[in-house]
Formats: sequence, structure tokens, C-alpha cells
Amino acid sequence: MFAYYLGLALRSLRRSPGLTALMMLAIGFGVAGSMTTYAVFRGVSGDPIPWKSAQLFVPQIDAWGPVQMSGPGARSGTNEPPDALTYADAMALIHDHRGSRQSAIYAVGPTVLPTGTGHSPIPVFGFAVYDEFFPLVDVPFRYGSGWSADDDTQGAPVVVISDTLNQQVFGGANSVGRSLDLDGRDYRVIGVMKPWNPQPMFFDVVDTGGFSSDGPALFLPLQRAIASGMENVGAVNCPKGTQPGAGYAGLQQSACVWLAYMVELDDAAAVQRYRQYLDDYARSQQTIGRFGWPPNNRLRDLRGFLEYQHVVPDDTRVSLLVALGLLLVCLVNTAGLLLAKFLRRSGEIGVRRALGASRRAIHAQYLTEAAVIGVGGGALGLLLTGIGVFGVNRMLPPRLADLAQIDPSLLALTLLVAVLAAVLAGVYPAFRAARVLPAWQLKTH
Amino acid sequence: MKLHPILAALRKHKAGTVLIALQIALTLAIVCNAIFIIGQRIQRVNRATGLDESNLFFVSQQWVGAPSADTPDGVEKLDAMQREDLAALRNLPGVASVAPINSLPLLNSSWTGSVSLKSGAEIGDKTGTRTAYYFTDEQVFPTLGLKLVAGRAFNAGDVQHQGFRENRDRPVAIITRALADKLYPKGGAVGKVMYSDGSSAPTTIVGVVTRMQIPSSGSFGSDFAWNSTLIPTRLDANFARYAVRTRPGQLDAVMHAVTPLLYKVNPLRVLDDDSVRPFSDIRARAYRADVGMAVLMGVICLILIAVTAAGIVGLTSFWVGQRHRQIGVRRALGARKIDILHYFQIENGLIAGVGAVIGVILALGLNAWLMTHYEMTRMPVLYVLVGVIAVLVLGQAAVFVPARRASNVSPVSATRAA
Repeated sequence: MFAYYLGLALRSLRRSPGLTALMMLAIGFGVAGSMTTYAVFRGVSGDPIPWKSAQLFVPQIDAWGPVQMSGPGARSGTNEPPDALTYADAMALIHDHRGSRQSAIYAVGPTVLPTGTGHSPIPVFGFAVYDEFFPLVDVPFRYGSGWSADDDTQGAPVVVISDTLNQQVFGGANSVGRSLDLDGRDYRVIGVMKPWNPQPMFFDVVDTGGFSSDGPALFLPLQRAIASGMENVGAVNCPKGTQPGAGYAGLQQSACVWLAYMVELDDAAAVQRYRQYLDDYARSQQTIGRFGWPPNNRLRDLRGFLEYQHVVPDDTRVSLLVALGLLLVCLVNTAGLLLAKFLRRSGEIGVRRALGASRRAIHAQYLTEAAVIGVGGGALGLLLTGIGVFGVNRMLPPRLADLAQIDPSLLALTLLVAVLAAVLAGVYPAFRAARVLPAWQLKTH
Repeated sequence: MKLHPILAALRKHKAGTVLIALQIALTLAIVCNAIFIIGQRIQRVNRATGLDESNLFFVSQQWVGAPSADTPDGVEKLDAMQREDLAALRNLPGVASVAPINSLPLLNSSWTGSVSLKSGAEIGDKTGTRTAYYFTDEQVFPTLGLKLVAGRAFNAGDVQHQGFRENRDRPVAIITRALADKLYPKGGAVGKVMYSDGSSAPTTIVGVVTRMQIPSSGSFGSDFAWNSTLIPTRLDANFARYAVRTRPGQLDAVMHAVTPLLYKVNPLRVLDDDSVRPFSDIRARAYRADVGMAVLMGVICLILIAVTAAGIVGLTSFWVGQRHRQIGVRRALGARKIDILHYFQIENGLIAGVGAVIGVILALGLNAWLMTHYEMTRMPVLYVLVGVIAVLVLGQAAVFVPARRASNVSPVSATRAA
């Protein structure tokens, strides 16, 4: 029967090419508009580490007190603690080690001096972390591994480098054990990562804003970085009206927040214990007089923290919303046109019904016709989505637009949405067509 | 013409009528809000920074193996290196003036703090006003093209230097008019003092400039976008940044000459593709997302309007075809062509009118919803009014062709079978 309905549909569509084209255009543009914005949205809102994001948590400790809630690191008008930790708090959490894995993190921007002549210095972007960082976020290694806990305590001069940096400096060879000059100091390469650039860069969204076109070029032990005076190139936010004391030591003693922190907690009980621990810690700080306020901590899981940080730009959400509105209008439009198209053939329906076709058959026939329009609109939509994604890539800031990719799943979704939209738009018109009274139609025509 | 027959006919086409009205309502709601967003973006992008932006470029470079900025000795060495660069840049042919500066408007890299009228304002003092600092020297006025409204510009004697993490007293400062009005609402800020970043050492305001935007172009700085403070101090660090104004028409030539020149002064430094950027590039990058959003919204609006117009044409054409015989009867009974034309025009006007009323409610509702969930301001009623007129005109334009076809139906068709 389906083949017969398909034949009828194609014949009917050929009879009114203008109206058919109009409907396909409407579906095509509607779908393409939504899919293009969806491609961008999907790119920025994806879970960077889906297999583990439920176990990763970001602790926030209020080191500033209630009067400070208008500082740049905090949200004005809310009671939210700062986005990052002070050095004192980060070190206390590391020392107490209450999660199964954890690391404090800060952004560094050293310069790599390749050995040999003819190489110019390479400014790079990386992070100072603890040994547990690598298993914590599942950093993939090509050669070697991360460093040990001993390396952390001793502040060993070791470094994990990216695939790109390994290409630039060592020509892509296994460089484990070789030495690398960072800001004039020698470091031993202990691991080389596979190409790794999670988007958003979830372990330090406060400093990176979530997206960067290149992945981190290197990681080195945090205590080593501090001992070498390697600058924090990420954000430093201080309570209103204060400044860190002089030099790097001053920054470490200050109430300024500049360290990101991530902890792995395996189950709900562990999360509960960690919350309790954070409160106990803040209370102990209150007792010794460092905090003049009751505990005000947060422990968001990774997705919650990304949401809180507005990693998905508001613009992207608003444009997705508007694009969905466009799809809705196209749907209503197609419904109206299908209604007109179907009811124009009331006479024909009357004849078919009189010859014994059931209401269900009429229904199926007209829904098939709607689906054919959906396929046509979908094909057009695919083409327009391609153009749209290309256009968006030219228009938006590169770090966002690079995330909007055309892939098989997007193409399949485009086609699916188009057909579904057309069938949905056809439901009411087909229902009306099936209710045509055969006797009345035959009498009046 | 009486409305009654039109309404009676519409009652026979309930579904089609409702669909067109709904489509018009949704189009109105979405287009109003989208155009409002576009308008806001355009307004943002067109804000003047207060700088003379032509013939201006920015150099940001880093020294390799530089001395530490945390020791007095290192600071002196770094300052000497910076002064060497400045001297070389100022001697470059085609250069009008050069100033060291930690950031520029729209660069989105800023040093923010607060200033207060109270000395040593304790932590959490609510009287402080947020501001962004520009650390620079006396050449900043000719280099950036700032306009002084009161007081004096910096002179060479004002200029100090310090390690970039040091806390040093700031004896003099120049602030923007916006900041001066906040601190001294009654005017006369020049010669008065303020206290910056909780210091207990006074800072004398020696001058006020008309306008200078802070480096942040995003929402972070939106509530103090014009509160800039200029401090006559060179910051010494392992990096240095310079603003350079060239003579008219020499921008490209000077920009090309800068990298080799700086490498000649001191080869131990890093300059990459991004290190030398004209101000136009800084502006374009800061507002790229806004322009992109405006274009996207614009395209979606155009598609929406086109789809809605096409829908009206399609459905009206169908109605005209369906009522072919009735139109013939009316014509045979003496209706003029213009009466038939008016019939369809009024019919469309009625549907579009109802759609517009629903659309106004939807538009305001959508705006209210966006306001609670996103950073959005209240849409002026003007947008909605213009939108209403626009959809009514759109409806009339779309209905014209099928309506004229209807008016051309010959009276003879009344006698023919449908």
C-alpha cells in the first residue's frame, strides 16, 4: 500500500509545483535555521568527560565573607562564594586529601627555549597541577605517564608535554627522559600526551572561559612551578579594597583567589562526607579567626559548575530559542498550506471514500504525502544547514565556531527533524481530509 | 463594506484562519524580540571608546629570561629594557607618539580595583567605586587621543615606575568624567583627593578626561564601563605593552617595521602573530560575537518574514480558488472588481489584526521571559508598535496578488459548474 500512496503523493505534488516548492522551502529553511544554531549549541554545551562528570566536583570556599559578595570573583547580589580558591585553602584541601583523587590547578604561561640554533622561543600555555590530576581527568598519554606523589612533595623538575609541543621541540619522537628548557630552567619530560583538547576546558573554566583553540601545551608540578616563581597567568580576584602583598609570596598569603580545584568523589556518601568536611574546615577557620562568618561553601558537580559559570554563552541559548521559534512558524505555515492542499482535493477524497477506502487509508495516504514533503524539505535543509554552519564559522569568534561541526549525526538529525516536522504539520490536515463526507462531495460536484 | 459576510465566511474556514493568525502572532513575537536584540548589539558595537582609533596600534611582547620583577634590582633592569624599547619606537620614522600601557579599551585584559573618598577603606567598604586602571606615562594623551575636560595632563615629572605586583602609593591620577561624577557629584573633582584600592595614601586627581572605556567589553564590566583611572606609572614585568600612534597613512608601514626593530633592540624576546595589532583588529575581535549574533538574528528574521508572507499567499490563493464560483456570483450580481479586491484585503486585515493582538501579548511575554532568564532589558513599546504595523503591511502586500486574481474572476464563471 505504501508504494501506492507514495505514487499518489508524488503525482499530487507534481500537480501543484508552486505550493509544493513553498512547503519544502518553509520546512527546509526552518530546519536549517534550527540545526545551524543547534550545531553551535551542541558544540559548546557538550559534556567534555561524560563517563566521569558525575564523579568530578568543584569545591568553593567562602574566604571573603558576606560583605564581599560584589567582588569580581563573586556574583553581586547573591551569597555565592568566589569561583576559585585562595592558596591557603587550596593547600589545606590538598593536605587533608579527603577525596579519592584531587588537584589544585593554576594556569601558567612559560616560554620554551628549544635547544639548538635556529629555533625561536615558543610561548606556551599550560597548567601547574598535582600528580593525581592525570588519572582524575583521564589525560591520555602517548609516551610515559604523569609524575608520582614523591615528585610533588619534592617539587621535582618534571613536565608532561602535549603532542604538538613534542612535535615542535622533539620532532615527534619519544622524548621521555629528555630535558626541556622552560624560562631558563631545565625540566625532564616525563610524559607526552596524545592530542588532547577537551571542550570546554572543564578543569579550569574560570581562567580559560571554557574554550581555547589549542589544548594545554604542558603540565608541571604545582609546587615546582611556585618554587620557580612561574607566574599565574590566569585570573586573580581579590576582595574589594585589598591587594595582594608584594611579590609572589604576597599573593600566596593574600585572600585573593586564583587556584582552580577539582576532586573526585565516588558515591553519594562520599559527596556527603566531603560537604561535611568543607563545613568543618570553614568552621575551624572561623575558630582561629581567619573567617569572621559561618561556613558558606559549595560543592557543585562538574556539570553544575559549568552551568553556574555560564560556559554556554547566553547568546547561544537565545539564538537556539529564536531558531526553534522559526521552526515552529514553519510548522504552522506548512500545516496551513497542507490543509489548503488536501481540502482542495475534497472531491477526489469523496470518490475514494465512496469506492470503499477507509478513513484510515485516507489518513495514511495524506500523511505519506506530508512525509514526502518532509523528505524534500529535509534535503533542502541539509544543503542550507551546510551553508549555515559554514557561515557561522566565518562569523562567530573562532573558539566557539570551531565547535560547530557537520557530522553524520547532525545530518541524520536534520533529515529526521524535517520529516517529523512535516508529518506533525500534516496530522490535522490529514485528519480533516479523512473526515470529508463522501456523499456530500459526490452530490455537490 | 459590511464585515458580516466576511466573518461568516471565515467561520467556514476556522482552521485556516486560526493557522494564519497564529503564524502572524508568532512571527510578530519573534521578529520584535530579534530586532530588539539586533538593535542592542548595534548600539553596543557603536559605542565610542573615547580614543582616536585611527592610526593606532598595540604591541604586546614578552622578554625571555628576563630578571625577576619582585626584586628592586630586577625592576630597575626591566625598566631600563622598557625605556630602551620606548626610545627606539619613538625614533621610528612615521611614529607620532608612543606610550607604555598595560591595556587598552576593548582588549579584555584588565586591572580592576576600586577608588573611594575614604582613606584606607576597610575590606568590604561599600563606598568604593569600581574602576579599571591604565598604567602609562605622560605620552598617553597624544598617543590615544584622549580629550581633557578639566585640570591638566600628566607631565614627565609625574611618571614613576614599579614592579607590576608592587603596592606603591599613587600620588596623582587622571580619571574619566563618569568616575569624577560618581566621586564628586557636585563637580570640581580636579585638585581633590581619592584613595585607590584601600590605600591610606591620598591620590590627587589632576585631570578629568571626557571619556575612556575600560578594557572589558563584556557583561563583567558593564556596570562600570566608563570608570577608568589613569596612573602615570610604568609597570615593569617580564612583558611590556605599548600603544603606538603613527602619522596619518603610515600605520601599515610602521607596523611592519616594529617587529624587526624590537628584535634589533633586544633579541631575547617573543613576538608572535598576535603581538602587533591595529586597534581596528582589537575592536573587531571584541565585538565579533555581537556582530555574529546580529547577523544570525537578521537572517532568521528575514526567513521568518518570507515564510509568513509565502504562507499568506498560499492560503489566500487556495481560498480564491475555492470561492471561484461565489466570486463569479457576486460579480454577476453587480459587485465591482474593486469590491472583490477589498473583500480579500479586509479579510486579511481582520486576520492579521487578530494575529497582531495575540502577537503583541506573545512578544511582551517572550521579552519578560528573556529578561528573567538572560541578560535582557525591557523592550520599548515602540518596537512592538512598529512590528504591528509591519505585519499588517506584510499581510496586505502578500494578499494583493491573490486578491487581484480574485477580482479578475469573470462574472461568467457563476454560470459554469465548479
